[in-house]
Amino acid sequence: MAMIELKDVCKTYFRQGITNEALKDIQLTVEKGDIYGVIGYSGAGKSTLIRLVNYLEKPTSGQVFVEGKALDSFTVRELRTVKKGIGMIFQHFNLLNSKSVYHNVALPLILSKKSKREINARVTELLEFVGLSDKASSFPNELSGGQKQRVGIARALASNPSILLCDEATSALDPQTTRSILQLLKKINIEYNITIMIITHEMSVIQEICNKVAVMEKGEIIEQGTVLEVFGHPQHPTTKTFVETVIHKSIPPSVKRLIKMENGSRIYSLEIIGDRASEPLVDSLIRSHDVKVNILFANISELQDTTLVNMYLQLQGEPSAIDKAIVYLTNNGAVMKEVVEK
Amino acid sequence: MISTTITLDQFLRAINETLYMVGFSLLIGSLIGIPIGILLVVTRPGGVLKNKIVYQVLNPIINIVRSLPFIILMVAIIPFTRLIVQTSIGTSAAIVPLIIFISPFIGRLVENSLLEVNPGIVEAAEAMGATPFQVIWYFLLPEAFGSLILSLTTATIGLIGATAMAGTVGGGGIGDLAIVFGYQRFDTFVMVTTVVVLIIFVQSIQSAGNVLARKVRRH
Repeated sequence: MAMIELKDVCKTYFRQGITNEALKDIQLTVEKGDIYGVIGYSGAGKSTLIRLVNYLEKPTSGQVFVEGKALDSFTVRELRTVKKGIGMIFQHFNLLNSKSVYHNVALPLILSKKSKREINARVTELLEFVGLSDKASSFPNELSGGQKQRVGIARALASNPSILLCDEATSALDPQTTRSILQLLKKINIEYNITIMIITHEMSVIQEICNKVAVMEKGEIIEQGTVLEVFGHPQHPTTKTFVETVIHKSIPPSVKRLIKMENGSRIYSLEIIGDRASEPLVDSLIRSHDVKVNILFANISELQDTTLVNMYLQLQGEPSAIDKAIVYLTNNGAVMKEVVEK
Repeated sequence: MISTTITLDQFLRAINETLYMVGFSLLIGSLIGIPIGILLVVTRPGGVLKNKIVYQVLNPIINIVRSLPFIILMVAIIPFTRLIVQTSIGTSAAIVPLIIFISPFIGRLVENSLLEVNPGIVEAAEAMGATPFQVIWYFLLPEAFGSLILSLTTATIGLIGATAMAGTVGGGGIGDLAIVFGYQRFDTFVMVTTVVVLIIFVQSIQSAGNVLARKVRRH
């Protein structure tokens, strides 16, 4: 069963006579255990999208399902119970500055009128989980950005949610802190089996922990699928731009300038995904075929624990020998594409 | 030797009257004004209990009362005062207009304090499934606490200023002493002393407010 499902969702704002279509015809399914990333530039509608999941925003049309139940079928009171099952963390943390770390984490439990002893046990456990046991009596302004987000995460987990929504949760953090927060989110996903939905404008966040991704532009999802599919074969120009921020896939200009296109040489792009990437394919090609191989560019990336190899090869030799080489590479799992270089 | 037309007893009584008027109207004014301020914040468009009617009725009423200078408000509502406290002169008679004067003022100040709270806090509260009451009680009020103390400090000082005019209805107090003896009878000593006392009052209230606010603020 899908954890989160958005069906035909549209969201339109009417303000001072101006209509603004924030979301258009959104179809999205998040399965249990997913870490689902939504990426887009600012203004793409991703903030609105994530707020639909816990009904901080209501769709203008279409339906939102959480654990199979349509949110529009609930009363306001029932909706509050549903919200307790969905944790949320924010870009700017949104902690109470007037309260201690302990109190901040305890808040959702206080709202649920849990006993003092129960609260104490749960808060202590959570602070330990996020590595802030020694900060229980500190106040948020005494903490670093990363520590504040850890408090935010502990608070979001307090009511034992099955879903965690992350609204640009690492955008205000430096790269190193981002990495540690992402590792924590991954740990939450695995140890607590919590489904996570992340919105971000940083492709590295998607690359690091997501298994699925949706790319948004101007209120629409322009591409979605597993991270491997979308990263491996981006279709839309915006997706390509995003992918290029983390996976380099083009021949560097300095190399391009030096390419000598002599006596029938051809340039191919080569892509290998998965275990085959570890085989010495280029070496065996040179040993078994009468072609000269010039590697113009090579890059290995890791996505969802899978290897992705991108190369540009310049092959020189008899046309028939090159053709045979291409067949050989293709048979060994490489996706070949001829590139016309100027 | 200093020559003056009043006794120490008269002077102490005036201080007493001022403290009584300020204290009592601040207490009742807060009991009315704080809920008004909260109501203004939660019923406004986009608030956690948005309610067009309540907001659009409350807002102009506050503006109307706030546009009257205290001296005019005081004499204009004499019939109402008489209805409430059975008299239109004396310290008690001054308290009724003081309360009506200060409640909307406190309401506005509280509104401003609560609006200063980061809207993200309210969003986090709603995401946790907090009821509107819980949003106010566990999120808005604690976050605005320091600012609320400063608002009440401002209101108290405003009240001290207003009590100076209470003499018009025989309310007494330090302000009255300054007018009747210091000004009308040319008693420079009374004039200077009352000014000094008022300055000390205002200074100490402001300092106390600042210290208290800093203590609870933490940010």
